Amino acid sequence: MTLNSKIPAGPLEEKWTRYKKTAKLVNPANRKKLDVIVVGTGLAGSSIAASLGEMGYRVKSFCFQDSPRRAHSVAAQGGVNAAKNYKNDGDSVYRMFVDTLKGGDFRAREANVYRMAECSLNLIDQAVAQGVPFGREYGGYLNNRSFGGVQVSRTFYARGQTGQQLLLGAYQALMRQVGKKTVQLFSRHEMLDVVVIDGKARGIIVRDLDTGVIERHAAHAVILATGGYGKIYYLSTLAMGCNGSAIWRAHKKGALMASPSWIQVHPTSLPQSGDYQSKLTLMSESLRNDGRIWVPLKLDEKREPNDIPEEDRDYYLERRYPAFGNLAPRDISSRAAKERIDAGFGIGPLKNAVYLDFAKAIKEQGKDKIAEKYGNLFDMYHKITGYDAYSEPMMISPSAHFSMGGLWVDYELMTTLPGLFALGEANFADHGANRLGANSLLQASVDGYFIAPYTIANYLSNEIHTGEIATDHIEFEKAELAVKRQIEELLQIKGNKTVDHFHKILGKLLYDYCGLARNEEGLKYAIAEIRKLKQEFYDNVMVSGQPDSLNTELEKAGRVADYFEIGELMCYDALTRKESCGAHFREEYQTADGEALRNDADFQFISAWAWKGDGEEPELIKEPLTFEEIQPTVRSYK
Amino acid sequence: MDLHLKIWRQKDNQSAGKLVAYELQGLNPHMSFLEMLDTLNEKLIVNGEEPVEFDHDCREGICGQCGVMINGIAHGPLKHTTTCQLHLRSFKDNDTIVIEPFRSSAFPVKKDLKVDRSAFDRIISLGGFVSINTGQAPDATVIPITHELAEEAFDSAACIGCGACVATCKNGSAALFTSAKITHMALLPQGKEERSQRVLNMVRQMDAESFGHCSNTEACEVECPQGISVLNIARMNFEYNRALIFKKK
Repeated sequence: MTLNSKIPAGPLEEKWTRYKKTAKLVNPANRKKLDVIVVGTGLAGSSIAASLGEMGYRVKSFCFQDSPRRAHSVAAQGGVNAAKNYKNDGDSVYRMFVDTLKGGDFRAREANVYRMAECSLNLIDQAVAQGVPFGREYGGYLNNRSFGGVQVSRTFYARGQTGQQLLLGAYQALMRQVGKKTVQLFSRHEMLDVVVIDGKARGIIVRDLDTGVIERHAAHAVILATGGYGKIYYLSTLAMGCNGSAIWRAHKKGALMASPSWIQVHPTSLPQSGDYQSKLTLMSESLRNDGRIWVPLKLDEKREPNDIPEEDRDYYLERRYPAFGNLAPRDISSRAAKERIDAGFGIGPLKNAVYLDFAKAIKEQGKDKIAEKYGNLFDMYHKITGYDAYSEPMMISPSAHFSMGGLWVDYELMTTLPGLFALGEANFADHGANRLGANSLLQASVDGYFIAPYTIANYLSNEIHTGEIATDHIEFEKAELAVKRQIEELLQIKGNKTVDHFHKILGKLLYDYCGLARNEEGLKYAIAEIRKLKQEFYDNVMVSGQPDSLNTELEKAGRVADYFEIGELMCYDALTRKESCGAHFREEYQTADGEALRNDADFQFISAWAWKGDGEEPELIKEPLTFEEIQPTVRSYK
Repeated sequence: MDLHLKIWRQKDNQSAGKLVAYELQGLNPHMSFLEMLDTLNEKLIVNGEEPVEFDHDCREGICGQCGVMINGIAHGPLKHTTTCQLHLRSFKDNDTIVIEPFRSSAFPVKKDLKVDRSAFDRIISLGGFVSINTGQAPDATVIPITHELAEEAFDSAACIGCGACVATCKNGSAALFTSAKITHMALLPQGKEERSQRVLNMVRQMDAESFGHCSNTEACEVECPQGISVLNIARMNFEYNRALIFKKK
């Protein structure tokens, strides 16, 4: 199998314009005959469902939460990037493209990255028109802040709740279409399989989470906007319900998974405090605009942070990366924290954290100014830890956050399964091996508002003669039966360990061997351990409750069953990539001063994986990356 | 620390519910309230009992999915705090805690502590938006918006849709939720154009659901985790009267 990324010909800056000019359209009368299913209602899902509804397609929108507005885009704090250059600090679409490509360690497609930067301009306009209350300057114009890995201020924000405000904009656009009956909304429904008929995605099987009823839904195209799978580590910044099941079940039906081991570990989350812990709350990267990160210079430092004088502090980011300092990119900041923590300089009761200190910023700018910028984050910190970050430094630590990997998609955001699209974090497309801060809200939004409406129409233009798709087709029958069998199987095990018990062990295993640092021996060990754990799960898990009623344990069991398989593939992916790039740091491949050592000669490609069956080794298919505009360089932030 | 829990258990919407007592020992005071429920559920599952169903997702106070009545107070004793952000350090050793769902006739109980809040989505679907399609937006700086106005609109837009206001209100009114969206939109130039139609449609839908009327007790503001002000309700009433007065026959 060879992969065709379908990148349009022509100069980089004209590719998307050319595509839009030549893409096929569907006339309004025909749109009424075409059904589209959208799974997920975060920024990508809500925005594409709303856009397609506005255009006149018959749309069905699904989410497992009790309302589309709960989707985890809501929790993004710091901001959204756009190359508006309102600050006149030398920003441009081209510079944003370079920053993003470099930030991703030259492991993304030039054309995709350029298109995202190009569409960023429209996104801000769209959001403002929807009533998103972005931060403003006193004269009434939009304000910006800076984020990691860049030297301009291109991040638009709505206090520390940018994701919430952007999502509400998209949610409201979606609900407007629900009110107009162009979109049918199915909250509390979880997708459990994709139905493939004659090689095309033709529908999905879902479970109504309130009643347990298994339903069939048919469509001419299926869009997965189901987010990332970082919750695989159990402890992560993600919501408890975030999961990889939709994309994984699509993968098992023929859609390739790309770079699954590229998972970003965020440098500024709250540290774990005990075994009972269910999640690690993120503290926005925007805090690094004014906060300084440090650890004590001496091992076994016993003094309180405010009693440690300057000369006994190690501002290790400023020391190692003077050009970017505390705003070094996430992968680099997280690894630098891990390096200090592993060396024994970690702080806090479990010695698993570093300080994020605002004393200097408060002294220079005043407490009020800092409160205005980050007040809600400081409040959140106080609620969770009981400490006051205005008077003493925050304690932070790295935590699993964002999946750069995901379903492989071409330039049209279509997977290798025709008719199945993946948008937002669910695809692998734009961030390479490391995502820059404030680019995830951006990618999810532009995929849904500006890219997929064109590319899906291009696909659907060939479907206008297909007619209604019947849900009594044998493939629907088979898929529904398989889903029901799995549910029965899980409920019949009746062992003595909970689902969370297995999830926590798997998460720790992956964090230790396929997390911030990986090596061959550890990855091989992890694969063997995951297989054993999976076997034990099927022998000994206790899933309580009934199949035909509201049953959270059953929902979790299905997701964890998929996590074993995703985890194994992550380890294969990390094992075969014998280089370090972005979030993927192989200990065998590093420079003398501990920086990532990329190997462009042998690994300048995207790893796409095919499912070969239970217990079989997955097959690796390579999509070579070519760079026409800029040549890959060593990524230095020093 | 040790806690004595009394938790509302209800099999489904058709069944009667009751408070059931549970005991937990040796809890860490740094544990969050929902992690305490996780701990209880782990115990119940291993003992072959059905775990307590409760709503939650982001566990950082922003998605609005969690929310229970804790000793009769929506989201518990801390001000401006969702249930997921509450920690056991807000309680004392040996406390008895009564945990019940957000009750209201417009929020039917699904199971145990989970309720159906889809009425909120239906209110939004009838006007809680700016009628603009994708791809039509003018440049973002065409209309300047002062810092103060943007901040004021944000204060209303910050609502997380958890329903604490409804659960707290003795009338089960959704006035705070509905008025926050109406205010957010009415303040901004982008939302002003359709303010009259919006307020009429949203209020009509609010009344069509089983929400009660607002009688200005202001309890909703006290319990709102986002500190949404009751002045939003005053603005909703103003907008509603304004819309009625100028309504074309």
